[in-house]
Amino acid sequence: MNTKPSKGVGQRMPLYDGVEKVTGRAKYTADLFPRDALVGRIYRSPLPHAELIEVDVSAARSLPGVVAVITGADCDIPYGILPIAQNEFPLARDRVRYFGEPVAAVAAVDEETAERALKLIRLHVRELPIIDSIAKARAPDAALLHDKKPGNIEREVHNEFGDTAAGFAAADLVREQTYHAAEVNHAQMEPHAAFAAWEPEREQLTLHTCSMVPYYVHKKVAQCLGIDTAQVRVIKPYVGGAFGARVETLNFEIIVSLLARAARGAVRMQLTREESMLTHRGRPESETRVKLGMTRDGRITACECEVVQRGGAYAGYGIITILYAGALLNGIYDVKNVKYDGYRVYTNTPPCGAMRGHGTVNTRVAFESLMTSMAAELDLDPIEVRRRNRIPGPSVTPNGLRVESYGLPQCLDKVEEASGWRQLRGKLPKWKGIGMACSHFVSGSAKPVHFTGEPHATIVLKLDFDGGISILSGAADVGQGSTTIVAQVVVEVLGVDWRRVRVITNDSAVTPKDNGSYSSRVTFMVGNATLDAAQKLKQVLVEAAARRLQVEPDQVECLGESFHVLGDPSRAVSFSDATAEALVDTGTLHVKGTFTCPIEFQGGKHRGGAVGSTMGFSYAAQVVEVSVDPVTCRVSVDKIWAALDCGFAINPLAVEGQIQGGVFMGMGQGLSEQTRYENGKMSAANFLDYGFPTMAETPPIEVFIVESIDPNGPFGAKEASEGPLAGFPAALADAVRDATGLEFHEWPLTPERIAKAMEAREREQRAAARKTVRQPATAGAA
Amino acid sequence: MKPILRIQVNGRWREEAVADNTLLIDFLREQLQLTGTKQGCDGGECGACTVLVDGRPRLSCCAFAASFEGHHVETIESQWQDGQMSPLQQAFHEKLGAQCGYCTPGMIMAAEALLRTNAEPSEAEIRQALGGNLCRCTGYVKIIESVQAAAPGHRQTTGEPA
Repeated sequence: MNTKPSKGVGQRMPLYDGVEKVTGRAKYTADLFPRDALVGRIYRSPLPHAELIEVDVSAARSLPGVVAVITGADCDIPYGILPIAQNEFPLARDRVRYFGEPVAAVAAVDEETAERALKLIRLHVRELPIIDSIAKARAPDAALLHDKKPGNIEREVHNEFGDTAAGFAAADLVREQTYHAAEVNHAQMEPHAAFAAWEPEREQLTLHTCSMVPYYVHKKVAQCLGIDTAQVRVIKPYVGGAFGARVETLNFEIIVSLLARAARGAVRMQLTREESMLTHRGRPESETRVKLGMTRDGRITACECEVVQRGGAYAGYGIITILYAGALLNGIYDVKNVKYDGYRVYTNTPPCGAMRGHGTVNTRVAFESLMTSMAAELDLDPIEVRRRNRIPGPSVTPNGLRVESYGLPQCLDKVEEASGWRQLRGKLPKWKGIGMACSHFVSGSAKPVHFTGEPHATIVLKLDFDGGISILSGAADVGQGSTTIVAQVVVEVLGVDWRRVRVITNDSAVTPKDNGSYSSRVTFMVGNATLDAAQKLKQVLVEAAARRLQVEPDQVECLGESFHVLGDPSRAVSFSDATAEALVDTGTLHVKGTFTCPIEFQGGKHRGGAVGSTMGFSYAAQVVEVSVDPVTCRVSVDKIWAALDCGFAINPLAVEGQIQGGVFMGMGQGLSEQTRYENGKMSAANFLDYGFPTMAETPPIEVFIVESIDPNGPFGAKEASEGPLAGFPAALADAVRDATGLEFHEWPLTPERIAKAMEAREREQRAAARKTVRQPATAGAA
Repeated sequence: MKPILRIQVNGRWREEAVADNTLLIDFLREQLQLTGTKQGCDGGECGACTVLVDGRPRLSCCAFAASFEGHHVETIESQWQDGQMSPLQQAFHEKLGAQCGYCTPGMIMAAEALLRTNAEPSEAEIRQALGGNLCRCTGYVKIIESVQAAAPGHRQTTGEPA
């Protein structure tokens, strides 16, 4: 073992579980399917909206090889991620509300039999009007998707902070614009998969699933099965990407559990890509109307914003999403007067949910676009305008969010300089352009979704006779690197040799509960809990070493693998000896670290005020350079410069990867991605039609890390993954305007959209030319 | 009765009873338990299932196992040799070419095929060759860096001049 203390944080570390991934040894859920497990398949609604009169499964049930068939009649307990909005059944009862909604499920001896059984299921229905757009949902005579939800409104939000009327009155320029963003899907690479084993003798269920939130899955599966949570064990294997797709309990996780109990055995279930996309929970299509007031020198005096989101058929995270869309109007610039109106509507489309940048992205895109457009009107540089609106220091936003560390100005400096902005803006050859925008995101929601009074994060370190340190972590690593972070923090604090450390994750029977990998909370909260645990373990070891060395603990220096008497390196005990001493009388050590966000960080007092609350915002700025092909109207992104203030990079390599990935996802949304529906049926439920960029379309992404050292983050760290996304679509549109002179208010910027705008401009130019030809004298006479 | 398929997988000849309609990916994953090869889509869209057949990249989700009678298939499991990671695996690990890791086996095998035919690919050639392999995590930047970093070591393992 090493003689010098090992370094943990601030190092460019390959992922702790990287070897498993590159060798193919990493076991994802479907890799763990027992070969003798039954095959589970879901029968999905072929209609977007219908009353279910009868679900006839008799023929399927009597097919040889079919072990269990279940329908909505087998579970009458609704579920949903938000305790106040649980309106979804794992299998539809009485009514289907979107194409692809699960209606029945079978467990059979093999794939072929399960497929055959699905074909024997018969539905008797009464079709209902298809409400597949915001306009249809809000029409005065619209059919209602849910009782007690008049106007198909899931949630309305109205709030005003400061005095927007006075703010607009003080402005030199007031502009208003509506922006439209298409619905997008996470399109994580691993299709959804789960397997459930019911042990009839013990009446216990073990569920393996690809979740970001095993704790929520645990609770909802128990709830829908009507059993005690103690009867459930949830294991999360390797997960092939998530981005919010798996941040709530999904229907298939409950269905496979219901099937396993009905079949009294083990059931495996792998969804197809199409089914995975139909399960959806993506970013909703949204209409965003923004109005900004600006002084002649670029200071924003007031902001008014109205957002309408097409939420899909069930509540899911909807209430949070529509609140986020307004809450994060704040926290990035110094704007004192902010008014927000939000409407989340129900439609006959798959339920939307949380996706990277939850709720905040389309609002930010709209805000940034209008800000840049107004800067142009005032003949101001967009980067300079952002500088003029910077938050001056630690402060509380009008809606009660605290800003402690703020590296946005440094981010702007980095991308401005690296991109050569001043030399390129407005000066590139025709059909080439450069644009910019900023964005931010929370480092964990300061108030958990389920308020239980528990700490917000818990980590357990186990130290035993062997001197091995097991980090027991419930944090769900879905590729973002949370497992690596906890190991880095432990090694940093204790200075021990890396070979002494193991990370054990996500088995509810072994690891402590974690709220899950959402709102970019893990590095901040679990990181802090890990820091707490490691410091406590160090204290235990130092005290044990002091006993052996017969000095006071404050006379002991910890060098990782050994403990010395201060000033006398000859008097030392090894880590093993210190461990042996620490175990005397107590035996195996379990040291627990926790972290809780203090109440003053948990948001404003107004209704929904907890949403957006956090202990630290990440800040990002990016510059995008594009070429527009005047013939095909295709936009190519040539280069991206992205800077992120992540507080402190515990792992700079991983932070770079997160920034690049976040920017890339913003690029997909800006450039090409969208779900599509025809008569309520998703028609792009595959990678090709959905269209996220390939390697051939993705440019180099140059990354700059800004370290503002947050006072509350572990070692000063904040989030690094969600913040960089939202700037892209706005920066892209800005760059396209620089290249073409055309302003766009709709995403994605497809060739069709650009062609249409170019044709419209040509028509206008021709009309203007005709007018000039016809009336030459008039113009001259004036 | 299923016919017997004679096929070489990762250097080892096998004789297995395989139905005519069994996809190569299912044969590898289910029958041989080589679960390193991944399925990401419903057929031919994402490249996660890429394996090498006689040294050339193939989508194992779009081909029947039975059509490779007498052929040589290489999967991600073949990259680990003599108790160590291949240059590509080493580079993908160290350069963070893998985040969630799900596209990684297919990506590495596609890169392996590239490096065998082009020992010093340019960035553009890498983008072209791996354009059919989707990754949702990385924005591809570190994947390209990984392939570039692996090239010299790869040349050594194939005995070509460095």
